[in-house]
Amino acid sequence: MWTAIIVALVAIGSLIFHLYTPWWSTEIASNWGGMDTTIDITFWITGVAYILILLFCAYCIYRWHTGSGNSSSESNHKAEYNPENKKLEIWLTAITALGVIGLLAPGLIVWDDYVTVPEDAVQVEVMGKQWEWGYRYPGADGKLGKTDARLINDDNPFGLHLDDPNGQDDIIVEDGYGMHLQLGQPVHLLLRSVDVLHDFYVPQFRAKMDMVPGMITYYWLTPTRTGTFDVLCVELCGTSHYSMRGEVVVDEKEAYQTWLSEQETFAEMRAALNKKPSETSKVAMSSQFKDKITQR
Amino acid sequence: MVDITPEKVENVSPAEVPEADLYHAHSFWTKYVFCQDAKVIAIQYSGTAVVIGMVGLVLSWLMRLQLGVPETFSFISPESYLQFVTMHGMIMVIYLLTALFLGGFGNYLIQLMVGARDMVFPYVNMLSYWIYLLAVLILVASFFVPGGPTGAGWTLYPPQAILSGTPGGTGLGIILMLVSLAFFIIGFTMGGLNYVVTILQARTRGMTLMRMPLTIWGIFTATVLALLAFPALFVSAIMMTLDSVLGTSFFMPAIVEFGEQLSYGGGSPILFQHLFWFFGHPEVYIVALPAFGIVSDLLSVHARRHIFGYRMMVWAIVAIGALSFVVWAHHMYVSGMNPWFGFFFATTTLIIAVPTAIKVYNWTLTLWRGDIHLTIPMLFAIAFIITFVNGGITGLFLGNVIVDVPLSDTMFVVAHFHMVMGIAPILVVFGAIYHWFPLMTGRMLNDAMGRFHFWVTFIGAYLIYFPMHYLGFVGVPRRYWSMEDTNFIPDSAADLNAFITVAALIVGFAQLVFIYNILVSIFKGKPSERNPWKATSLEWQTETVPPGHGNFSKELPVVYRWAYSFSVPGTVDDYVPQNVHPNDVKLVEPEGS
Repeated sequence: MWTAIIVALVAIGSLIFHLYTPWWSTEIASNWGGMDTTIDITFWITGVAYILILLFCAYCIYRWHTGSGNSSSESNHKAEYNPENKKLEIWLTAITALGVIGLLAPGLIVWDDYVTVPEDAVQVEVMGKQWEWGYRYPGADGKLGKTDARLINDDNPFGLHLDDPNGQDDIIVEDGYGMHLQLGQPVHLLLRSVDVLHDFYVPQFRAKMDMVPGMITYYWLTPTRTGTFDVLCVELCGTSHYSMRGEVVVDEKEAYQTWLSEQETFAEMRAALNKKPSETSKVAMSSQFKDKITQR
Repeated sequence: MVDITPEKVENVSPAEVPEADLYHAHSFWTKYVFCQDAKVIAIQYSGTAVVIGMVGLVLSWLMRLQLGVPETFSFISPESYLQFVTMHGMIMVIYLLTALFLGGFGNYLIQLMVGARDMVFPYVNMLSYWIYLLAVLILVASFFVPGGPTGAGWTLYPPQAILSGTPGGTGLGIILMLVSLAFFIIGFTMGGLNYVVTILQARTRGMTLMRMPLTIWGIFTATVLALLAFPALFVSAIMMTLDSVLGTSFFMPAIVEFGEQLSYGGGSPILFQHLFWFFGHPEVYIVALPAFGIVSDLLSVHARRHIFGYRMMVWAIVAIGALSFVVWAHHMYVSGMNPWFGFFFATTTLIIAVPTAIKVYNWTLTLWRGDIHLTIPMLFAIAFIITFVNGGITGLFLGNVIVDVPLSDTMFVVAHFHMVMGIAPILVVFGAIYHWFPLMTGRMLNDAMGRFHFWVTFIGAYLIYFPMHYLGFVGVPRRYWSMEDTNFIPDSAADLNAFITVAALIVGFAQLVFIYNILVSIFKGKPSERNPWKATSLEWQTETVPPGHGNFSKELPVVYRWAYSFSVPGTVDDYVPQNVHPNDVKLVEPEGS
């Protein structure tokens, strides 16, 4: 009796918890509402199945339990003997298959959207390294210059080909805390890593993809509300994984353009380096790393 | 149709094995230490697995202390936190669950349930255990080397696993981990071949494949999966060792580590992930399928009813086993692999839900119109259904590629896999121990302590993992030593984390009650009847209880029916053991005769 009640309570309690939970998805800030919808559909289909299965178990226990001892003599009734029921099994299989299609079809439609970058998306490169972020914008020509990990050094943190004209006007944002995006503008994020796996994740954007050294991965999104959002690394990348944070600011068009125009291009950065080679910002960066190491 | 009603048959003569063919141990050393009796090997495997499992349990407490009450324990640094995460995961998945289900239950039950004298290769079986023990010792040794054990996460993803930014990455930690895995796999392969060959070759007369208890079907299929999947882990462990020690670049592309160019180049980190998950996903079923099988038998025996849809259950196990080899990349939806793979793997992954759901339906339908005895094994079996359905359902979230995008790498994943391949199989392990303890020792476990253990473990585990999913919806990432300040996590999340930590500590301590119960009951438990649960399968039909070496008397049992002849209409008893001759089944006298 109590066992049946507790099984039923697990079902009902889970449902009540779900309806009143204070912990739920953050307010979305990108075009990926389709992901939230798919989660809702999944919740409905699977939630109904879960509650029904649990209540069915609770009913069986309530109706046909005969005490908790190990001897069968205390019960008067025998279990029903009916080993197979083809019709029932086929029905259950068919209903399950329908449910699965109901989950899969909307999911694959949104996934198709997720992996197909729109024509008008602007490219922005995100670079991960232990344990900070860097960003590169294509500059006036709208094209990112070619890169190669072998060219990376203190003066060329993104490993740009020095002779690639497309790279000269690229805008380099290195401090890791400064990513800006334009409201309503689809953006094609090209993801790179120089050392280990990372993953550029903004909870309010929903989207996510690992950054893998040796290759370029991507995803795209359109920011749908302005604000400042946390950036987290969500692929384990070593000791200070938990502190690999950043911020992304979604601006109106004008504010975004203003911010962009204030940033240094690659050519400007090189020129500044050539003038005062002794005070490169990159030295500061590597000492910042040393601080992090010695903290531990 | 499976054979149901007892009908008159011709006598089948039982197989006789002369005494001379049996290897009998004579000294203490060969009887209890270097023993070739599968039942002793099973207990050695189980004991070792439980001891290392307790280490895993303590590591989980330490993690929960850090998450529940951050900034309190100075000895839990970011490095050690990651080391706890890694070692906890690896210990629980490989060294506890795999070893316990296959090395423990596999060794104990296979030979008894199929009606064999022993495993077919007893000597190799013994070696299998000692190599497993060596693997465990190497794993434990990594706690004591400079730099400590590896903190790369149980998935050991390169490049970070062998670089300096990861705890144990450049020291002995990662090397010992990889070497230990290699030894584990060697040992497992010896045992695994034994299980498969024994089931295929050493079944007693009349024990057709479609009369085998589902426990054996589960263990058999899981072992086949393991034999096919572990080699992928083996080669990746070797390749990563070479990358680390000899500087090869199987998994290492050009890398700039903290501003310094490393000499690696041209390798692929994603190749490792493919190899790892080609092993890793079948591994989930290596743990789950024996649990599926055992729970089917527990439900059937304690509900005094046949398992519903036996043939469907067998084919579901086989189908799940086969499909488990074409779903691995659902662990890699956001790994950066070709995004078009997402369509394929999402489809195969959701297809696997169909045979899995059939199994769930058939378990619950076994209860329907049963004669349900709420014994402790039955309680654990019911709790398994609940937690497994819960974990299976969240699997439908993560298997559906687009839903995985926001949820992957969050606490939702942690809650999901703990529910489905941690809690659910462990509940079956407990149920199985309560069920077979009388067979192994001739004594019953204490009932009151057992019920306390059950309720605290089941309710506690549910309270730990059910709410944890919701932290994942918020976006709380996993493997974070500290969340520090964010603008999206509500303060109440810290309260929930503290609550989960308290629940985890309580559930952990309840396991000490269980271990105390076992230790006391071995010596002082109530003596059990020969077949206390009135089960039909052959392990209860041995010459002595506990069964001695050789299991059965001079004649092996002959099997006349499946293992699910419970409450057969027209019979007097509510069970008919597999080896009772049809002419000996007590039938109800027809009325009026």
